[in-house]
Amino acid sequence: MTQSYTDIANADAVLIMGSNCAEHHPIAFRWVLKAKEAGGVVIHVDPKFSRTSARSDFHVPLRSGTDIAFLGGMCKYILDKKLFFADYVLNYTNASFLVGEKYSFKDGLFSGFDASKKKYDQSQWAFEKDEKGMVKRDKTLANPRCVINVLKNHYERYTLDLVSQVTGVSKDNLLKVYDAFAATGKPDKAGTMLYALGWTQHTVGVQNIRLAGIIQLLLGNFGVAGGGINALRGEPNVQGSTDHALLYGYIPGYHNTSIATWKTLEDYQKANTPKTVDPLSVNWWQNRPKYIVSLLKGWFGDYATKDNDFGYNLLPKLDPGQDCSHLFIFDRMYQGKIKGGFLFGHNPCQSFPNTNKVRKAWDKLDWLVVGEVFHNESTDNFKRPGADPKKCKTEIFLLPSAYRAEKEGTISNSGRWHMWHYKAIDPIGQCRSMGDMVVQIMGRVRALYAKEGGALPDQVLKHELPATFNADEMCKKINGMFTRDTKIGDKEYKKGQLVPAFPLLQTDGSTTSLNWVYCGGYTEAEGNLAKRRDLAQTPMQAKIHLYPKFAWAWPVNRRILYNRAGVDLVGNPYNPDKAVIAWQDGKWVGDVPDGPAKPMAQGGPYPFIMQTEGHGQLYGPGRVDGPLPEHYEPAETPLTVNPFSAQMSNPCMKQVHASEYDVLCKNGDPRFPIVLTTYCMTEHWCSGSETRNGPALLEAEPQQYVEMSPQLAEEKGVKNGDVVVVESLRGRVEAVAMVTVRIKPFTVMGKTVHLVGMPFAFGWTKPKCGDAVNRLTTSVGDPNTTIPEYKACLVNLKKATKVTEL
Amino acid sequence: MSVSRRGFIKLLGAGTACLGLSQLGLDLKPAQAYAARLKTEGCKEIISICPFCSCCCNTLVSVRDGKIINIEGDPDYPISGGGLCAKGAALRSLHVSEKRLTKPLYRAPGSSKWVEKDWDWMLEKIARKVKDQRDRDFMLKNEAGLEVNRLESVFSLGTSQMSNEECAVTHQAIRSLGIVHIDHQARI
Repeated sequence: MTQSYTDIANADAVLIMGSNCAEHHPIAFRWVLKAKEAGGVVIHVDPKFSRTSARSDFHVPLRSGTDIAFLGGMCKYILDKKLFFADYVLNYTNASFLVGEKYSFKDGLFSGFDASKKKYDQSQWAFEKDEKGMVKRDKTLANPRCVINVLKNHYERYTLDLVSQVTGVSKDNLLKVYDAFAATGKPDKAGTMLYALGWTQHTVGVQNIRLAGIIQLLLGNFGVAGGGINALRGEPNVQGSTDHALLYGYIPGYHNTSIATWKTLEDYQKANTPKTVDPLSVNWWQNRPKYIVSLLKGWFGDYATKDNDFGYNLLPKLDPGQDCSHLFIFDRMYQGKIKGGFLFGHNPCQSFPNTNKVRKAWDKLDWLVVGEVFHNESTDNFKRPGADPKKCKTEIFLLPSAYRAEKEGTISNSGRWHMWHYKAIDPIGQCRSMGDMVVQIMGRVRALYAKEGGALPDQVLKHELPATFNADEMCKKINGMFTRDTKIGDKEYKKGQLVPAFPLLQTDGSTTSLNWVYCGGYTEAEGNLAKRRDLAQTPMQAKIHLYPKFAWAWPVNRRILYNRAGVDLVGNPYNPDKAVIAWQDGKWVGDVPDGPAKPMAQGGPYPFIMQTEGHGQLYGPGRVDGPLPEHYEPAETPLTVNPFSAQMSNPCMKQVHASEYDVLCKNGDPRFPIVLTTYCMTEHWCSGSETRNGPALLEAEPQQYVEMSPQLAEEKGVKNGDVVVVESLRGRVEAVAMVTVRIKPFTVMGKTVHLVGMPFAFGWTKPKCGDAVNRLTTSVGDPNTTIPEYKACLVNLKKATKVTEL
Repeated sequence: MSVSRRGFIKLLGAGTACLGLSQLGLDLKPAQAYAARLKTEGCKEIISICPFCSCCCNTLVSVRDGKIINIEGDPDYPISGGGLCAKGAALRSLHVSEKRLTKPLYRAPGSSKWVEKDWDWMLEKIARKVKDQRDRDFMLKNEAGLEVNRLESVFSLGTSQMSNEECAVTHQAIRSLGIVHIDHQARI
């Protein structure tokens, strides 16, 4: 989130798209309703009518997988009608930058595409630079290669007629949304966008969000109260677990995992530290080397010295382009290349797409260590219906985990609030926290290496890992400490003292920090700021529901990111009634500003401090599948032609091929004419592996169902309450038919397209409640993130003749 | 001084008591009897956080004699104002569920059963598995002859259920084994 949950109340328009906020983030929805009570308009764009729709001013049903067409139409509408915030666009975005001459876009493909590798040469999309290396600009915006003109040209094809035909949204409905949201392009108006997995879980997921960002930049909605782009993140600490990079491609703090060709620390730093020659660009990532060295110093302690590259060579390195995400983990597991592993609080045999493949891959493991609170479909996969335990060779070590109230530590909410939770009771039975499990396993492994040696023992032994897990100690290590007495400016810091904030982290090994974004959250003066419970506000902060003393937010307690874009060049807030920051009497007041420097009119820097050139990126050459979002159909589509171009699906989409289940329907496959979308529920948590153990929750939502329109039900001869079999090319699922007007047939390219929706919370370990919907979904992924396309695939359905799962 | 909403209610309560309602001629015995029956009587309240969506609603866990008696929303959490959704409201039932795993369980190859084992036995076996696998499959160099120092045959999946501190120590542990197949819920 660029904002916090409480900030949603400040919006004049709330666009909820790719989320069913009222049902899946019910408490967050309070703040949507506060915006509505204050006169804001609430818009829900989603394939089905839900409780979110019911409380919105209007609901607009959209065919799953067509968000870019919908938003591209909005982008065109804003540009054609000149509804954008002109000063903001000119001063704070890269609208005036000149795109290089090698850039082109033709019939669905950008320049530089290598069809054999399904990859672009991204260098062809670079900006044009002068001899000093400055990006060329035309502030008159007359040059046809100005970003704003390239953007306009790109979305010229996204006419109301075509967008309506592709998305299945009526032109009236399109105009209703475009008008309502584009009205926030005025300086004193703000619109926010709330999204969830309905945007990310597509083969164009990243570009969905890119386009949302482009629209918010055009409307001047970043940095202001009630603006921004806000991921309603699903999991309890998924913000924190992302910050700490439980992901193959990053190390903690948003730094790339090293690759084999970055042989030395210097190679790494050079490849990962962006440079600009523009003195007005803060280019914050130029500080990366300090964060990397402090992380290595935190990991390797005294062993890490300048002479040994602070232990850099002991990090595992990937090959360039190597993808080690879920999709590829299960593909390699299926091929027998992965032999064992650790599974903590995760249920892939239920929650990962193409589950039939995942379950078979799981059977092939030699050994598995699991930390869990309850049995689930992954712990007990060897005895799933139809499987013969005798044939499964996996040795499983199932460790009982403490539950939330039985342990202490911090978690980070979607708004980056870093909050401490206390231990209420000791773990029940023989349960232990996952932190304990990890350090205890490592303690034993390290003892073996110390005694016996083995493969590169230094990698295991040179890390400073605690012998016992102590959340408070780890919290301090995450913040970071001085490794020796140090003088910075006129201030002296003692060895062992906490580093007050990340600008003080160093490249010489004098500081540690296991994650720079959290540096400053634990101070010598005030202790652990995650424990703060103070609701005090200045009147200015109270007006925008900002609580600067409740817990602490990364970075440096800033609650609204890019807030320097929320003021004009002299530092006056664009909306004085809902000011986030303001330049008063030579200093900033309000939220923690994006740096203390003066406003731009006094020589201060550009506001988008994390971007190399300091400007919001309408045109963004950093994504692997194009500098501008383009509509492609989902990997499985009911259409036979993509009316926007000859390119049917994302040309860079990630695919795997190891199993018989890795198959896709042909375009417009008559055997599977229905679009399936999936979702979670209010009463069950994601895959349901925890909440199905709550008697009241299971009673409230006991069984797998499929929502369908009365028209489809009639076509199929199905009545409300009948059990039906839903089938895709990859599997079959039994479900109770819920015939409802909440889902309406779409008219797409002149033809009727039906869509059905199914929750994914039900699994076989609870008898008679049904089994994984993900047996139907596809194993394809977004090329930037490899997030799988859960939200759109093709199915068919029929009335069941025999019921075994329900 | 800034007073939290809950603190304010407590102050208000204390003030009201000082008025001495009984002096007004009211018979307080039935009310006192009711109050004595409140299930959280004598409990200690601890601040925790709901383990479901990323709203991270703060909760008040009432504990007596080492047992969780009640879990409810914390009215001082600005985002929730004390509210919880259906899942949050069912939190106690999950904490005290008989279905909880409470002992280390082992499943032998080909077996259809779980067998109880003690922690030491489990940790020792796990450590041996990990070391043997790592020693067998560790790659010092890739096909191009470049140093990679990685282990491809072992994965680590999960979890966003961990605290930040657990995530940090887990990330470090995984890297210290050379594991590269690392993923969790952020991607799905």
